[in-house]
Amino acid sequence: MANIISDETIEYVSILAKLELSDEQKEAAKKDMGRMLDYIDKLNELDTSGVEPMSHVFPVRNVFREDVVTNRDESEQILKNAPEEQDNMFVVPRTFE
Amino acid sequence: MDILSLTAVELSQAIREGRTTAPEALAAVFERIAKKEAEYHCYITIEKEKAMQEAEKVQARIATGELTGPLAGVPVAIKDNLCTEGTLTTCGSKILENFVPTYSAEAVKLLQKAGAVIIGKTNMDEFAMGSTTETSYFGVTKNPADITRVPGGSSGGSAAAVAAGECFFALGSDTGGSIRQPAGCCGVVGLKPTYGTVSRYGLVAYGSSLDQIGPLTKDVADCAAVLSAIASHDEKDSTSIARTDTDFTSALVQDVKGLKIGIPRDYFSEGLDPQVKDAVLRAAKVLEQNGAILEKFDLSLVDYAIPTYYTIAAAEASSNLERFDGIKYGYRAPGDTLGLHEMYKKTRSEGFGEEVKRRIMLGSFVLSSGYYDAYYLKALKVKAMIKQAFDEAFSRYDIILGPVSPTTAPKLGESLSDPLKMYLGDIYTISVNLAGLPAISLPCGKDDQGLPIGLQLIGDCYSEKTLIRAAYTYEQAVKTGKEA
Amino acid sequence: MAKQYETVIGLEVHVELATKTKIFCGCSTAFGGAPNTHTCPVCTGMPGSLPVLNKKVLEYAVAVGLATNCDITRVCKFDRKNYFYPDNPQNYQISQLYLPICRNGCVEIETADGKKNVGIHEIHMEEDAGKLIHDDWADRTLVDYNRSGVPLIEIVSEPDMRSAEEVIAYLEKLRMRIQYLGVSDCKLQEGSMRADVNLSVREVGAAEYGTRTEMKNLNSFKAISHAISCERERQIDLLEAGKKVIQETRHFDDNKGESYPMRSKEDAQDYRYFPDPDLVPVYVDDMFLQEIKDREPEFREAKMLRYEREYGLPAYDIEILTGEKALADLFEATTAICGKPKLVSNWLMGETLRLCREKNMDASDLRFSPDNLAKLIDLTETKTINGSVAKEVFEVMFEENIDPAAYVEEKGLKTVGDEGLLRKTVEEVLAANPQSVSDYKGGKQKAIGFLVGQTMKAMKGKADPAMVNQLLREYLD
Repeated sequence: MANIISDETIEYVSILAKLELSDEQKEAAKKDMGRMLDYIDKLNELDTSGVEPMSHVFPVRNVFREDVVTNRDESEQILKNAPEEQDNMFVVPRTFE
Repeated sequence: MDILSLTAVELSQAIREGRTTAPEALAAVFERIAKKEAEYHCYITIEKEKAMQEAEKVQARIATGELTGPLAGVPVAIKDNLCTEGTLTTCGSKILENFVPTYSAEAVKLLQKAGAVIIGKTNMDEFAMGSTTETSYFGVTKNPADITRVPGGSSGGSAAAVAAGECFFALGSDTGGSIRQPAGCCGVVGLKPTYGTVSRYGLVAYGSSLDQIGPLTKDVADCAAVLSAIASHDEKDSTSIARTDTDFTSALVQDVKGLKIGIPRDYFSEGLDPQVKDAVLRAAKVLEQNGAILEKFDLSLVDYAIPTYYTIAAAEASSNLERFDGIKYGYRAPGDTLGLHEMYKKTRSEGFGEEVKRRIMLGSFVLSSGYYDAYYLKALKVKAMIKQAFDEAFSRYDIILGPVSPTTAPKLGESLSDPLKMYLGDIYTISVNLAGLPAISLPCGKDDQGLPIGLQLIGDCYSEKTLIRAAYTYEQAVKTGKEA
Repeated sequence: MAKQYETVIGLEVHVELATKTKIFCGCSTAFGGAPNTHTCPVCTGMPGSLPVLNKKVLEYAVAVGLATNCDITRVCKFDRKNYFYPDNPQNYQISQLYLPICRNGCVEIETADGKKNVGIHEIHMEEDAGKLIHDDWADRTLVDYNRSGVPLIEIVSEPDMRSAEEVIAYLEKLRMRIQYLGVSDCKLQEGSMRADVNLSVREVGAAEYGTRTEMKNLNSFKAISHAISCERERQIDLLEAGKKVIQETRHFDDNKGESYPMRSKEDAQDYRYFPDPDLVPVYVDDMFLQEIKDREPEFREAKMLRYEREYGLPAYDIEILTGEKALADLFEATTAICGKPKLVSNWLMGETLRLCREKNMDASDLRFSPDNLAKLIDLTETKTINGSVAKEVFEVMFEENIDPAAYVEEKGLKTVGDEGLLRKTVEEVLAANPQSVSDYKGGKQKAIGFLVGQTMKAMKGKADPAMVNQLLREYLD
């Protein structure tokens, strides 16, 4: 495998992705990611100099809304699926000390 | 009359003519479900009561002549990543095991407007990540053609439901082949429209720049009718395209005279099952016999489509799936004493399955500081080159013809052990999504195990009508050939 | 000799745009709704929801760019900034990194040290976050998404400022430009304008910048100045002690005059920006730019010159009147009706601002119409009411925007012009206060004040004090 993924990298990426991996899963993830990156490295065979990166396939542009209020109070629906609710708000663990 | 043997278009006609009714048709479907669903497991959620009530209402509106379209009264199954107001929408994931949307996807609304009756929500690979429907949190779906096999994926539940008669047609979504591949595996028709043709509003995003909703149907005529119903310009979706040519049923014409069909040599090389190859080339011959002109050519870049796709799709997915955090909806890890970040991590680690986590990790990595240019930007550049290769091909051909997948449906449990190998199964479908093109998958025979083989026709953007015309011509030619 | 240090400051200024709806959905941006009543699937990050850009946001951002001498990016895109935090429902913020709407601008500021240009690196459009409310009782946090998706522009300056004074001058300049454009009210205290301070120090004459920190939670000009001096000291102390400044974001506590780092292990500060696939590129063409340019208002500098030329107002009046766009608008509208600029100015600078201060209001909160102020001025000019009655009427008008003419009529507040009645009253007052009369005649000039007061009281305040004075003297002298 050309791409060796370090413990630190897996740790770092799992912080970014907000995933908690067991030691076993970490080992598997290191191997998985290394293999995928080896495979993706195939793209380096292609000379892409001068090629514009394409994020949108079609030349669709300037799609706008008018500045007009269209939504009413939907808080009941919005909160319907909340795992926990209090005073019409979503509840989360304390965000700072 | 065997109601279940009718196509969607035939059924709506029979209802309009009073030969049967929407509730009767729905009852027939539920009878089939009662018999087969335990074995196949096409659905995650079935809304029997709701569907019966809806069928009654629709029937009344058909009787008054208010509803006259080809989908009026026809029972439909919806892939479980399309939001349905008041009905559980799980994306095949534990993290959405209890999510009941308060809004419906635009495509679902359009079907309801056309009088289709929603039976329930079909099984799928978790967040549409997979090609076998085995990554679903809710168990596997079995291929009605052979229950030891997968139905393909990720829209495996939709494809199997259509094949099993557990619905008359279904909606799926296609990010890298997720409509076409299961359609091929199950022997039904599946179409991935040009990007922007069907609104993505209410489709739970996987790879936003690649996702498209499309029909899975019993035949090409149904496919055209469903596509006509769900194609729309939706102001809620910025990537939605205003098209005027959306009466796709007008393309149901048996005529391919002079149609130039390119057959990419790259699609028929190593790794393709010989039986699949033979069936697809035989299908090409049928079109040739009907007046099409066949030519082999080199499409190029085919081997680069998969790494490009997995980079882009994983990157977008890693961002799209950030919203599943245990705060606003869905699963939340238990424990009052968890800190914020612990809660995030536990919720997501317990809520997502292995394949989803694998792609989120990959996607987070390729976007992370120091790797963006090398991976993500590189992939966007190769995407541009792939699009360019298709543009060149379509300057010479009306249609590109090839297989849907290298093999027929794999055995259950065979694919997940080696993800990379599973990804390779998408080689013929994936570049279509990268280039935003329309493509149709239709049955073109069976292998010696009796497993369906899929034929794929790829068109230039906005050329669904050409695809439907060619597919219809092939389908009719084979049908009359058989009957003769 | 001790080393001499220079402070290098750049600002990131967030400005909330005064659109009716949010940047990507049709929810209202109005303040004060009950929690989550201005939300929808889009601004709460519901699965399957999609953003569509509010055209007004683009117009406003371009207008600010033009007013700050920026180049407008002809093809701009939105990017996702990925980070997990509960106030951000999608866990990514839609913002602009790669192709922001405006770049390479500058504004001129003036301080005691003279004039200088502060460069603007870029201006980008983005969405605001929701509000976190800490429930100390239950030791948890509650989330309200009413502000989630409210449009913001972020104005990123070059590190061109060297002192708190320059920072304040720059912020004032931005505030004036933006307020005059009408695209935001720019209130620091209310959070519609927020400034993060990037600060580093270096030895005077050094070619390289030092390591900078970013300071947040600065809710007033005072807090900004305070934070700048504290952070400068902190960094110099570190350097003097042979330590290094760490590049980090710090939260400033104005009460304690201290800041502390905001970063934790779980904030990798790696935002994984990439183009948002749900939004399409924005192309700005010449016609659009021209439309925005054509709508450009008269800015403060031009207005100040014109006020002097056109109305001949004193510099002090001009400074105050143009210091708030709403005040200048009210001044012009009222003057256009009554044609008495100095009187209008007096009312605005005097009673109006006095009541504003008393009630902790801004000029933009004023409710009375120019029409009514003009009527009030007219009533005093024609001596229909006297000065103290006018102030009383003004207070009512300030609160309730009443029509002063009708009010005066209804309440019978007109100055009594009947000389016969006035004479009779004066005679009665003189008869009733012989002590004061003799005091006055004995040389106590002040006693006349008491007699005027008694007469006014007897007239229930509805007399012209000058006339009362004159009559009294006539009788006494």
